Amino acid sequence: MCFYSKREYLIVIFDHISVVAAACSRVGQRVLHLDRRSYYAANWASFTFNGLLSWIQQQQVSETQDWCDLLEEGEELIQLSSQSSIRNLQVFTYTSKEDEVEEASADSVNTTEEEQHGPGETRCAVGSERLSQEVSRTHHSLQHMEIPAEGFCSLNISPIFQSQATITEGAEPEAEQPQSPAIPSQSEPSRKKISFAQLEKEGRRFNIDLVSKLMYSRGSLVELLIKSNVSRYAEFKKVSRILTYRNGEVEQVPCTRADVFASRQLSVVEKRKLMRFLTSCIEEKDDQSAYNGRPYLEFLRDQKLGENLQHFLLYSIAMVTEDTPTEVGLASTRNFLRCLGRYGNTPFLFPLYGLGEIPQCFCRMCAVFGGIYCLRHSLRCLLLDTATNRCKAVIDSRGQRISCSHVLLEENYVHERKNVATPPRFLSRAVLITDSSLHGSDSEQEVSMVTIPPITEGAPAVKMVELSSSTMTCMSGTYLVHLNCSSVSSAYQDLSPLITTMFSTPESHDQGRPSVLWCLYFNMEDGSAMEVEGHDLPSNVYVCSGPDGELGHEHAITQAELIFHKILPEEDFCPPAPNPEDILYDGGSAPSSGPEEEPSLQLEVEGLDSDWNTVFLFF
Amino acid sequence: MHGRVKVKSTAQQEEEKRKEREKKLKIYIAARDGCFTKRKEGVFDDEALQLTQQLLSSNPDFATLWNYRREILMHLETVKEVDEVQKIYEAELLFLESCLKVNPKSYGSWHHRSWVSARLPRPDWARELSLCDRCLSLDDRNFHCWDYRRMVVKMFNVPVDQELKFTDRLIGSNFSNYSSWHYRSTLLPLLHTTASELPPMQAESPKSNRVCEEQLLKEYELVQNAFFTDPNDQSAWFYYRWLLGRELEEMISCLHVSREEEQVAVVFSRPVNVQSGCLLLVLDGQPHAVEWKSIHPRFKHSPVWICNLPPGTISEISNEHNLTVHWTEKHSRKDCTLFTGHAESWCQDSATDQELFRSELSVEKNSVLQSELQSVQQLQELEPLNKWCLLTLILLMRALDPLSYEKEMLAHFQTLKEVDSMRSAYYSDLCSKFMIENTILKMEYAEVRVFSVSDKNLSTLCHLDQLVLVTHINLSCNQLLCLPPQFAMLRCLEVLEADNNSIGNLEGLYHLPKLEAVILKDNKIATLADLEPLTSCPRLKRLDLRGNPVTQLANVESELAKLLPSVLDLLL
Repeated sequence: MCFYSKREYLIVIFDHISVVAAACSRVGQRVLHLDRRSYYAANWASFTFNGLLSWIQQQQVSETQDWCDLLEEGEELIQLSSQSSIRNLQVFTYTSKEDEVEEASADSVNTTEEEQHGPGETRCAVGSERLSQEVSRTHHSLQHMEIPAEGFCSLNISPIFQSQATITEGAEPEAEQPQSPAIPSQSEPSRKKISFAQLEKEGRRFNIDLVSKLMYSRGSLVELLIKSNVSRYAEFKKVSRILTYRNGEVEQVPCTRADVFASRQLSVVEKRKLMRFLTSCIEEKDDQSAYNGRPYLEFLRDQKLGENLQHFLLYSIAMVTEDTPTEVGLASTRNFLRCLGRYGNTPFLFPLYGLGEIPQCFCRMCAVFGGIYCLRHSLRCLLLDTATNRCKAVIDSRGQRISCSHVLLEENYVHERKNVATPPRFLSRAVLITDSSLHGSDSEQEVSMVTIPPITEGAPAVKMVELSSSTMTCMSGTYLVHLNCSSVSSAYQDLSPLITTMFSTPESHDQGRPSVLWCLYFNMEDGSAMEVEGHDLPSNVYVCSGPDGELGHEHAITQAELIFHKILPEEDFCPPAPNPEDILYDGGSAPSSGPEEEPSLQLEVEGLDSDWNTVFLFF
Repeated sequence: MHGRVKVKSTAQQEEEKRKEREKKLKIYIAARDGCFTKRKEGVFDDEALQLTQQLLSSNPDFATLWNYRREILMHLETVKEVDEVQKIYEAELLFLESCLKVNPKSYGSWHHRSWVSARLPRPDWARELSLCDRCLSLDDRNFHCWDYRRMVVKMFNVPVDQELKFTDRLIGSNFSNYSSWHYRSTLLPLLHTTASELPPMQAESPKSNRVCEEQLLKEYELVQNAFFTDPNDQSAWFYYRWLLGRELEEMISCLHVSREEEQVAVVFSRPVNVQSGCLLLVLDGQPHAVEWKSIHPRFKHSPVWICNLPPGTISEISNEHNLTVHWTEKHSRKDCTLFTGHAESWCQDSATDQELFRSELSVEKNSVLQSELQSVQQLQELEPLNKWCLLTLILLMRALDPLSYEKEMLAHFQTLKEVDSMRSAYYSDLCSKFMIENTILKMEYAEVRVFSVSDKNLSTLCHLDQLVLVTHINLSCNQLLCLPPQFAMLRCLEVLEADNNSIGNLEGLYHLPKLEAVILKDNKIATLADLEPLTSCPRLKRLDLRGNPVTQLANVESELAKLLPSVLDLLL
């Protein structure tokens, strides 16, 4: 029996819901935070390059067991699934494996939800039936796969991958690397490229986020970080410019006075019109409300701004699409303008070392106020008191019963319990490591937000973030590029045409553009489409969705605050943490409460169960 | 509640802070007294350096301590080796940087820094320049730092184009910073002079301190980008006016001689203070020592100066006289011949030829001005109510063709007074000025000595130095409040019509030798004292005071007869 299972917890939290954990811990709740993964923050996490490579391998599922013997009188079980929200992983390496120039250097490794089958494992490209209901069982990789147990999504090859899927045997360097028929061999070894070996060697310089987001400088996340003093645990970099992709060219979007003044692509009259439009739309006016319900594009057209400005305003400043209603477009424009100039010349901030820092900061806050963290520790089921319809305890992956008064879960755990089966929506993501910036400038250290309108009819609008090594997310000499859009089909199908036109890949043969060294595609379930209600769960079990596709963090923060107030209706959400010198200790030596209590716990752990190396305490 | 972190209350924190402050104050006062004692005793040792450093790092605005520090450093210079002195001063610079972090606008710190930099045996100006860069990127309006930068640039001989690029950068990041624009305006003329040094012919040209046209066109583009982006930002507009402006050449523009009064009047292109000896009068080849007087005792500087020749010098009507006036300071001269039988003579540069009234606007080619006018008109269509735009438009129109744009100018002034009512009086005065300029031009075209601006809403009188030769002036039906002292420049005035104004002050009717008739019907002259200046005009015969409050006074007629015995035709 481990130390924590003996205690009564007020709140048990699973996976990434760190903001709620910090908020609860801050107001004195005893929080236990379990995570089935070996890292924090689930889909909000950041990885080193090597870490990401193993994450790609780890996308696995496990089995269900029967935990009925742990039940007590008057209790029943709710099984928790742990299905992954990641789909359609595909990896392409466009740089040579080793430092020396190889002749055929383009490798293609398509990896999807690997099943581990012992030594000599086989990688197989697998689509999800969630994405496509069509099932094709003809692919030979299926012979290595088990049909998963009940309660798990069965894995099928989607037709999307018929053309792309390649099976490579083993990822080890000594293994044979069959060449993908879809990718022509690279024939320009002249340009000195960073090799894959170098990427691996410098792998810890990378902090690659699974989500692609920015922080609006007046958004709720920034306000929360400031209000709660959590900001002291992180540092931020200003996003230095906004770019857009238009007529085959990458252009800088003028969005501040200084940008407009310095812009070479706008005429002086356009400058005036743009400034006047931006100034006038800060306030709500009557003539705007006449356009309510009509497309924002129509409103912009009627302002007689011209093609240039219309593009900038619609796609780069409002960041909406042609059919977005005017009131939404204007609200979005206002939000953009409101955030301008607080910290820099764009509305955005980006955390040093990646977005994965943010949940870790909240975890730290939670731990400082006594929260307990257990990684690699999954959760199997909830124990229900049938009389009160409340969850009394949970059973973890090691078969231990933990009593608790509130439980907070990620939506995936209870996905199967949903009353109305709405098909989930997905985000298409791509992560590229490139060798130069999309838009040259005096500085090599620009951090750019790139807005890309649909390149063809029906294609999604893509948001791209290009990070330089100054953000501590990639090795020097490289850029880390995140692409994100709502899925129309698989991530590869949604994003690869764009990547081929904007970057230099073996498919595109254009050497004037930045070369892609390495590239990852995947789909992630869209958190904004997840339903956090209607799971028919006990009243003290709360459900929280995963990351959404929006650029900002409004969805996650709003949800966290909502859940916090459901658990603790009377309490303040993340009040400022006191400065260490302002904390009072009784009797001078022993702290009355807070983090200092926990070291004794650790001793207890060691005395009771030496196996517990997975207990992480943050002081 | 269980598990809560207990935090000190605000009162507790306050108390702790207060105690902390008291402790600090005690230490500070002790150190300060220590310094003062040491200084009194004339001790210049390392300990004193340490003590002042401690104090100054918490309060860099303590001038006495900086002085003491300089005394110590100067003492050390005499006793230490050069290398050691270098080290001491380098440490001083580091210390100063920490002081500037405490207060980036400390007079004491910046002054001490320039003192140290100047005394440093081996100064590192590049480092100082980058310090300025850093400071100005934090606060681009820190004038201490601008001053220091100018000093560093001078000492380091930084090329002008490099500094110009620096202003490019600052303006790029914030174009509302007039410091950068102004610095630019001091650099541009230098840039041109260095370029024109090669062909010596051009260097001699009188307009050599002008910015060359190629650069000027670039500047127009830059500044237009600024005022189109934000037309309400005045720094760009001011810089634009500087660009369009020009310096008037200093010279004698008119010379007038009157036989009867035996008086010479000299008109300069701008107000000057004529010191004895700098203005030389040569009559018929003979230099004459004369006493120059400004036209009114109120003016030390005046554009018009007069002198009386010794009686009998030129009074004989049958004699011809050649008169020359040299302005030795500016190498300017004017000649004029008083012919036999003539009562007066003059020599005048015409305002039209000199393009005097292109206001402050430039000598640029018409095509350049025309395209500037088009740009500003374009902006005015987008921003019809922007005052800077309207004002610049008026100035450009005047630079191009003051007479044909008169109607548009008046309309724009009307709009200006409405959109910027706080400054409506300023606009009225400016408009008056322009209307007077237009009238002078019309008068010159007509080749007459009659100046007539009636019913033009004049609120003020100006350019009176251009009216030295005028004999008849009609100012009726305007909004004038007074005839200012400058009015005394109208040396030839015989008839003044100023009815229907609000004139209550006649200060400018001072020693006008030819003035015969003054029409002041319907004005605000209230007392006999207001009429006092008229006593200095020897030839006054006709005075119309109907409709003035002064006519209501008891015994006004007899009082006036006493005051102005020469007036025969008095209307009350």
